[in-house]
Amino acid sequence: MSVQKILTGKAFVYGPNIDTDQIYPGRFLDLTDPDQVGKHAMEGADPNFVKEVQQGDLIVAATNFGCGSSREHAAVTLKAAGVGAILADSYGRIFYRNAINLGVPLIVCPGISKVVNRGDVIEFNMTTGTVLNKTSGKTLQAQPLSDYVMNILASGGIKPLIKKQMEG
Amino acid sequence: MHAIEKILARAAGKPTVTTGEIVNCKVDMAGINDLYLQTLRSFFEMGGKKVHDPNKIVVFLDHYAPASTIMQADNQKQFREFCWEQGIDLLMDVDQGVCHQVMADKGLVYPGQVLVITDSHTTIHGAFGAFGTGVGATDLAIIMATGQLWFRIPEIIRIHLDGTLPHGVFAKDVILKVIGALGADYGVYRGVEFTGPVLKQLSISERMALCNMTTELGAKTAYIQPDEITLEFLRGKVQHEYEIFTTDPGYQYAAEHTFDVTGMTPQIAAPHSVDNVAPIAKYVGTPINQAFLGTCTGGRADDLAIAASILQGKKINPRTRFIVVPASKAVLLEAMANGTMKTLVEAGATFVTPGCAACLGTHEGMLGSGETCITASSRNFPGRMGSAKAEIYLGSPASVAAAALAGKIVDPTEYLK
Repeated sequence: MSVQKILTGKAFVYGPNIDTDQIYPGRFLDLTDPDQVGKHAMEGADPNFVKEVQQGDLIVAATNFGCGSSREHAAVTLKAAGVGAILADSYGRIFYRNAINLGVPLIVCPGISKVVNRGDVIEFNMTTGTVLNKTSGKTLQAQPLSDYVMNILASGGIKPLIKKQMEG
Repeated sequence: MHAIEKILARAAGKPTVTTGEIVNCKVDMAGINDLYLQTLRSFFEMGGKKVHDPNKIVVFLDHYAPASTIMQADNQKQFREFCWEQGIDLLMDVDQGVCHQVMADKGLVYPGQVLVITDSHTTIHGAFGAFGTGVGATDLAIIMATGQLWFRIPEIIRIHLDGTLPHGVFAKDVILKVIGALGADYGVYRGVEFTGPVLKQLSISERMALCNMTTELGAKTAYIQPDEITLEFLRGKVQHEYEIFTTDPGYQYAAEHTFDVTGMTPQIAAPHSVDNVAPIAKYVGTPINQAFLGTCTGGRADDLAIAASILQGKKINPRTRFIVVPASKAVLLEAMANGTMKTLVEAGATFVTPGCAACLGTHEGMLGSGETCITASSRNFPGRMGSAKAEIYLGSPASVAAAALAGKIVDPTEYLK
């Protein structure tokens, strides 16, 4: 398995400090089936998100996206809802690990939320780190992913990696 | 090297580590909370059969203690059966309380330990000189399967607390002031060490509140160099051998900040962000529907005792409800033995089971739409304790108890003897 080189999707744009309670409200934490978990994605911040999101769409945010609780549900819900990647100024550190572990690319791209509007079509090149806003024509450069993270993403998440390691 | 780096180097089996390096560390203790059944799922999805070391795993049924839905009950049932099958003796069932307080009460945390729990507030264990950090379900499952996890060696920020704490000002006020000044994302990916003369004025309980809230700075871990206050607390509790690491002279911090607490007043974080902080005077008079005292941030025996000193012989405001959640069974027993519980119940408090309760918006004190709450817990995010249309103010246990009495936000200094 390899990482998809070019990701293209419609953007959903959010401000700073979107915490995991807003991404996935605490009252649904007893759900465990990813399809069920996916029905409540972003419910605390944007009740229209699940109605509008399509497979491969992207989330764009300002600083500290996914701060707060360690709940892996926050990463599970976005993946299950179809989010192809997230581009933000910075991330809550536990959310960052959780999403990468599930194989969801989290891209650090300072200033991204200021040059993208909701509904803009964004193209992200995983190899070069270039972000192109196809709606406005603007481009931006994201920080490269570390080899460690790329290896996890290329394996389809950390579970297949560890599985292979334990079998080996 | 910093003491935090030395702890991680020891766990990685390396003589030295450097900032930014990724290392694989042996984890001394891994804790799982009942919210995260995904941990067991991920363990089996990775082909896990037997856990790496059942003596290094502790399971806490604390967030849903006791279960209030069938689904929660089913999840907890699976955890219990997993522990029995795997020979995990450290099963902390629904009577025990919040994971972090239970770790401290039972002597399971010690200086130099690498401690990983599926709870973001695991930074609290810096109060004991341990490396504590929170992770998600799959990371924890990796530890269950392999006994190890990767960490990036973090930059360390030093926060120096200078001066003398004024009457009526507590660790919670100090850390809110720090978060307000530095911002909710200041500490992301970094470690935070507290130093300075104020630490000598803080009990272990207060130091736990300080380290706990560094999570709201985004920090990876927190640290207070163990001293006689730490050792006094650990004596007789901790059976495990431990080593106290110290930071080398001349260690270069990534940043240093000094806060002088002299003349400080109680602080409040207003809706809907933990860094939206101002002196309490700004919010005096705000009507309060629910005052909430509890959790791993503000539900220890000292916190309940401060509330009791404010409410002794008095009745709370009839338009305000006062929910009290002892952080653990040990806290509850202490509050029973020293009369604190009786004082609070007579004043009108509603006691609920030791655990996380309404702090995470699932049960035991949820907020309705348009309601306002003052809480000794850690977060005021929209919808955190129930309705997204509720407003949450964060304050010290004293500020919470004084608000329960007055029915509105007041300066607790005037209510403390």
